[in-house]
Amino acid sequence: MTTTNLKHDKAKRGGVLRWFMQVGWKHLVGLFVIAFSTLPLLYILSTALTETGNIENYVLFRQFYLGNFYDLLTSTDYPFVIWMKNTLILAGVTAVLSVFISALAAFAFSRLRFKGRRAGLLSLIAVQMFPSILGLVAVYGILSKITDYVPAIGLGTKTGLILVYLGGSLGAGTYLMYGFFNTVPKELDEAAKIDGATHTQIFFKILLRLIAPVLAVLALLSFIGTFGDFILASIVFNTTEQFTVAVGLQLLLADPWTKNWAMFAAGAVMASTPIVILFVSLQKYITNGLTGAVKG
Amino acid sequence: MRTRAKNFELHSGGTPSLRGTLAKIFILGMVDAGVVFVLLILIGKEKYGLTIFFGLVTLVVNWIYLRRGGLPAKYLTPGVLLLLAFQVYVVIFSGYISFTNYGDSHNGTYAEALDAIQQAAVEPIEGAAEYEIRVVRSDDGAVQFLGFDLNTTKTYIGGESYSKHPWREITSADGLITDESGYPTAFKGVTFLTDDEITEIDPGVTTMKIPLGPDLKKDGFIATADAFFAQQNRFSFTYDEKTRVMTRVSDNKEFIADETVGYFKSAEDGELLSGIGWQVRVGWSNYQKIFTDKDLRGPLGGILIWTFFFAFASVFSTFVAGLALALVFNDQRIRGLRIYRAIFILPYAFPAFLSAYVWRGLLNTENGFINNTILGFMGDNKIQWFEQQGAARAAVLLVNLWLGFPYMFLICTGALQAIPNDLTEAASIDGASPWKIIKFIKLPLLLVALAPLLIASFAYNFNNFGAIYLLTGGGPFLDPTLKVEAGATDILITFVYRIAFSRSVGADYGLASAFSVLIFLLIGSISYFSFKRTRGLEERAQ
Repeated sequence: MTTTNLKHDKAKRGGVLRWFMQVGWKHLVGLFVIAFSTLPLLYILSTALTETGNIENYVLFRQFYLGNFYDLLTSTDYPFVIWMKNTLILAGVTAVLSVFISALAAFAFSRLRFKGRRAGLLSLIAVQMFPSILGLVAVYGILSKITDYVPAIGLGTKTGLILVYLGGSLGAGTYLMYGFFNTVPKELDEAAKIDGATHTQIFFKILLRLIAPVLAVLALLSFIGTFGDFILASIVFNTTEQFTVAVGLQLLLADPWTKNWAMFAAGAVMASTPIVILFVSLQKYITNGLTGAVKG
Repeated sequence: MRTRAKNFELHSGGTPSLRGTLAKIFILGMVDAGVVFVLLILIGKEKYGLTIFFGLVTLVVNWIYLRRGGLPAKYLTPGVLLLLAFQVYVVIFSGYISFTNYGDSHNGTYAEALDAIQQAAVEPIEGAAEYEIRVVRSDDGAVQFLGFDLNTTKTYIGGESYSKHPWREITSADGLITDESGYPTAFKGVTFLTDDEITEIDPGVTTMKIPLGPDLKKDGFIATADAFFAQQNRFSFTYDEKTRVMTRVSDNKEFIADETVGYFKSAEDGELLSGIGWQVRVGWSNYQKIFTDKDLRGPLGGILIWTFFFAFASVFSTFVAGLALALVFNDQRIRGLRIYRAIFILPYAFPAFLSAYVWRGLLNTENGFINNTILGFMGDNKIQWFEQQGAARAAVLLVNLWLGFPYMFLICTGALQAIPNDLTEAASIDGASPWKIIKFIKLPLLLVALAPLLIASFAYNFNNFGAIYLLTGGGPFLDPTLKVEAGATDILITFVYRIAFSRSVGADYGLASAFSVLIFLLIGSISYFSFKRTRGLEERAQ
């Protein structure tokens, strides 16, 4: 058998001390890291469940009070449900479209040969280096110009913001996807070609299907990115009804001394739970999604 | 030649299906319909240049998708169009802006600035009559002021258009009805508006200017602040179009339009006219300012050092923590391994903007959990997380470690598992200790595989706006003597953001854009050279 198993048996025979020297201490490290990584999350969950619900929450989980959730869900000043709906639409549509459009471009870079291919790949990376936060003036300028002519896709509209998000995420998305397409052997599409498959069939039925888990992960990462945007959304939208969760929850913290800190906590818990669950359950694929592009 | 042959091969693989072709034509048709709609609007607004531009782009797109061959373009077009519009254009626009004085005080064109100065600078005509007014609507729908001069008991009427409703005296001969004291109660052809009707007027009676003569700018006008009393006003400046000179009426001082600074400037003493200017090209002066301006250079050096330190320390701390954790937990003997891993990555899964706020609460000096519960033993010696430079910087790095170590843990775990088992086994058979295996086999392989991600992480943290902005806002701001606000945790990007969008001093987009171009070049070249070096590493490793 392998050396690990041998060691394992020895460890058992050697008693607790030996077990601790080899494996046990790792549990201690693990518990310490767990304490560090969960502290803020437990704190915010506990604050959300506290009736006074302010920042002075020194002993976690003294109470189990659900009023903050109820208040936030029924509040008219802070229409959390609408924010959530806005965010889901924005982030969902952006995720699907950006993955699809990136996949199209990545296919061209990975499978086709054309003039300017290398230059194109390089400029994809180069453009990403521009500090996007300072592009705000230009982005705002474009959107307000659009608003003058076609208000339906300008400032204050979801479509306009989605276009901006797409433009921002395509570079990185295409580059990651390019890495994954490269991991699929070319022999596969050549075989399909001989069998009479068209390029669209190769793209949709072979490549996209083979890297489907990766697509899901990239879509999730894009979703999280859009979900967390607190700047673009705040310059595009100006009424509370249009806000996203990220912009709306900031309203609640305008004064950290009021009861709103509790509503913020409740909102944070509700907004993050679905994402955290998705993320943790897709963990295995996410590791691939993050490293795959480099290996490819 | 070879590349062409290859492409030809790929799309001649099979004949396109009918369904695919129909779908293509349908989508293209929808896009074209949308574009035609937009073009009609543009034509309606007489924007012919834009019309032609978008028309041509659409024609090219149609050509790309309808012709045979040219496969790469068919796959690239949607992405390229979006990238051009929202990324490439943004970079080029910022580059252009960095050579202008665009900002709050230089917002628009010369004509707009001229208009804004004249509208803003208004003063009452001294010694002129004041009126008690009634707001009325004439039969043609125009809102007019009916003014009653308390001194002379004469009554006047007039509207915003001097040609249609000039300001003039009216008497009972014109159809004016008054009470005993001579106060007007009705007038032929107009209705007196009630308070409710007055508040409904858009954009409001307080913005109305009733000209006193055919030339509003020379003759002055009547305006009201409350819809009850009105004064005769005039603009504080007169403007001569030929010489482009503004003359201040009160002291006859002349201000000449200066195209080098985008302001009206006095030739005598260099006084600039109000805070309103127009956008002009200023050459390299924004860049020059970055390197020579004392107010900027003072804080800039410290900020630059801290930015590099912050980016490096963030990458280093998260990588070391993530790597150590990955090495420790790359061990199948540990029970509950999957649960450990799932909990370790929670900080990465939790939306980052929320994390920043939560940490702000945790680290609150007076009432935070960290100071009161975890460090409670320190009594009243509370750490001033957001008030002292050292503590604030430590706080920023701590939070960034929390945010970033799970990512490093994930990629290190992935890379560790990709190292073939034979390698480590062979080494341990040869008698290498576990530590030596890590040092001489695992680490070098890991570094080669992860170097590009570490460089990307450095570039990301260099411009990690959110981590600083949401947590400390760049503060604490300990030096009130600085002319340009700079805080102890400000990194370059948050500092520049404040220049760009400052509410207190006034935004300076030109200067901010010059900064962003420099940051772009800096980060671009750092990444380029380090990528090149790692490629060298990779080749040696193989």
